[in-house]
Amino acid sequence: MKLFELNWQTGAMFKRRMLRTLTLVGIGMLTFAGLWQISANRIDTSLGQFPGPVQVWEQIQNLRAEHIREIERETAFYQRQSERNADILAQDPTAEIRIRSYTGRPTFVDQIITSLITVTVGFLLAMLVAIPLGIACGLSETLYSAVNPIIQLFKPVSPLAWLPLVTMVVSAMYVVDQPLFSKSFVTSAITVALCCLWPTVINTIVGVTSVDKDLINVSRVIQLPALRHIQKIVLPSAMPMIFTGMRLSLATGWMVLIAAEMLAQNPGLGKFIWDEFQNGSSDSLGRIMVAVLVIGLIGLLLDRFMLLLQRRMSWDKTTVLR
Amino acid sequence: MQAYLELSNIGMSFNTDGKVFQALCNVNLKVDKGEFISLIGHSGCGKSTVLNIISGLYQATTGGVILQGKEVNSPSPDRAVVFQNHALLPWLSVYENVALGVKQVFRKRKTRAEMAAWILHNLELVHMQHAADKLPHEISGGMKQRVGIARCLAMQPKVLLMDEPFGALDALTRAHLQDSLMEIHRNSGTTVVMITHDVDEAVLLSDRIVMMSNGPAASIGEILNVSLPRPRDRLALAEDRDFIHARHEVLQFLYSRHKFPAADNHEKKLSAPLGMTAQTINNRNKAA
Repeated sequence: MKLFELNWQTGAMFKRRMLRTLTLVGIGMLTFAGLWQISANRIDTSLGQFPGPVQVWEQIQNLRAEHIREIERETAFYQRQSERNADILAQDPTAEIRIRSYTGRPTFVDQIITSLITVTVGFLLAMLVAIPLGIACGLSETLYSAVNPIIQLFKPVSPLAWLPLVTMVVSAMYVVDQPLFSKSFVTSAITVALCCLWPTVINTIVGVTSVDKDLINVSRVIQLPALRHIQKIVLPSAMPMIFTGMRLSLATGWMVLIAAEMLAQNPGLGKFIWDEFQNGSSDSLGRIMVAVLVIGLIGLLLDRFMLLLQRRMSWDKTTVLR
Repeated sequence: MQAYLELSNIGMSFNTDGKVFQALCNVNLKVDKGEFISLIGHSGCGKSTVLNIISGLYQATTGGVILQGKEVNSPSPDRAVVFQNHALLPWLSVYENVALGVKQVFRKRKTRAEMAAWILHNLELVHMQHAADKLPHEISGGMKQRVGIARCLAMQPKVLLMDEPFGALDALTRAHLQDSLMEIHRNSGTTVVMITHDVDEAVLLSDRIVMMSNGPAASIGEILNVSLPRPRDRLALAEDRDFIHARHEVLQFLYSRHKFPAADNHEKKLSAPLGMTAQTINNRNKAA
């Protein structure tokens, strides 16, 4: 009975704290929205008034409606096609039928998905290089001395500087008859990879070099072979730092992606913003603002996802991860 | 006749910022098979360095270590080390920590089932089989050290090296572990070289106590034979004349003949009236 009361009390306390947090978040949001609306009303651009929360909400509805309309059109297209083909086959079973895929323009949701795929591919590409390179540099002082200046040199380079070079290289090298990926996709993914390589490399090096000296001595006494040493001692030790690096990398990659898509014309969120900007309708600014909010939200979710992954893979469930 | 383990003319100097620091000089010691040796001395006298040279983690600048007629020049499971702060891998369970070494040492000699039985047997030796599936952070400090000892024993080392194995434990736990260690030593007949700060521990456990002089250029000062019969019982020994004599000898060495270097300065300071600096004495004189 006493235990129950205690539980109930802590439960109530927890509820109170949750309520407090939610209230504070709510007040923060509302204040922000209010200030935003007030200042938006005072800004007039050549494309009309700067969008406030109300206009942005309208555009969210619009984009949603467009997406639903596009899906309806697509299903209608495929239905018409299959009916037509069925008719043809009914008249002449040996007739050759043609199946065409629907070529509507990508909706906002399609563009979000394209962006997510591009950033994932770029990020994974970078990790495939960054983690082994970081481990190697962390283990070998010699390699580190050789590679460190190169890392420091390329780390601060902006994605926009890489992009023309990557574009030209991709155009020259990526010559396939039936390309699985479009050139703009490959260019964007590689640019993302080049920029999100560095945080993971650097953090992995730090993680690997700061493995407890006693544990290294244990490994030396047991005479663990190099690969088992990495697997059993180095990797678990360095895992928190590697994850810190990966989170920074993914955040960088997501930021870089938008710029890369604008310039490479990869049909993702970057291109959406660029097209709206070029379009210059009275709705454009509102639609761009929707994209800005969505980019922020996805960035947040990507980071949470990495945190979840880290918690899953971490051996020490007691550490607080932020 | 050649000894089982021989330290021959070991010298060690460290090079820091261009300055050469001579830590050890002329360390000579012969250890017989099955002997229990304690290294005792003030902190900074190079006990750990000696141990690390025996383990092969350090390379002596001059001289060398010979184990069963072979020179030691790299670490090996032959000379397993129990570290002061247990050094268990925190992401592996107690069982897996012991298994790590066993899998490496008995790779080709034991089947999987034999290895599993051997790991459990060694956990049993240190009375830790009940916690086989726990992670190190879930067990107490004394238990961790037990597992650290089991990990070493399971590799069947020729020499068991212990670097202040019980230094970080409370007195009661330490006594338990000392008893366990005596039991293990009696049953397995392993040769042990142990570093300790604790005079009672050294006398209780050792066949010989190696007392080291202070650095720089530290060396072996004296070696004391402890010929107390085994098995030894800490309660009975407390009153034993030989035990008290041996204990007195070590204390004499440490606090009279080879005082901790910083202790001299400390004493000079204390020769002024207690709790009074020159300043307060002057002030008092003025007031008078």
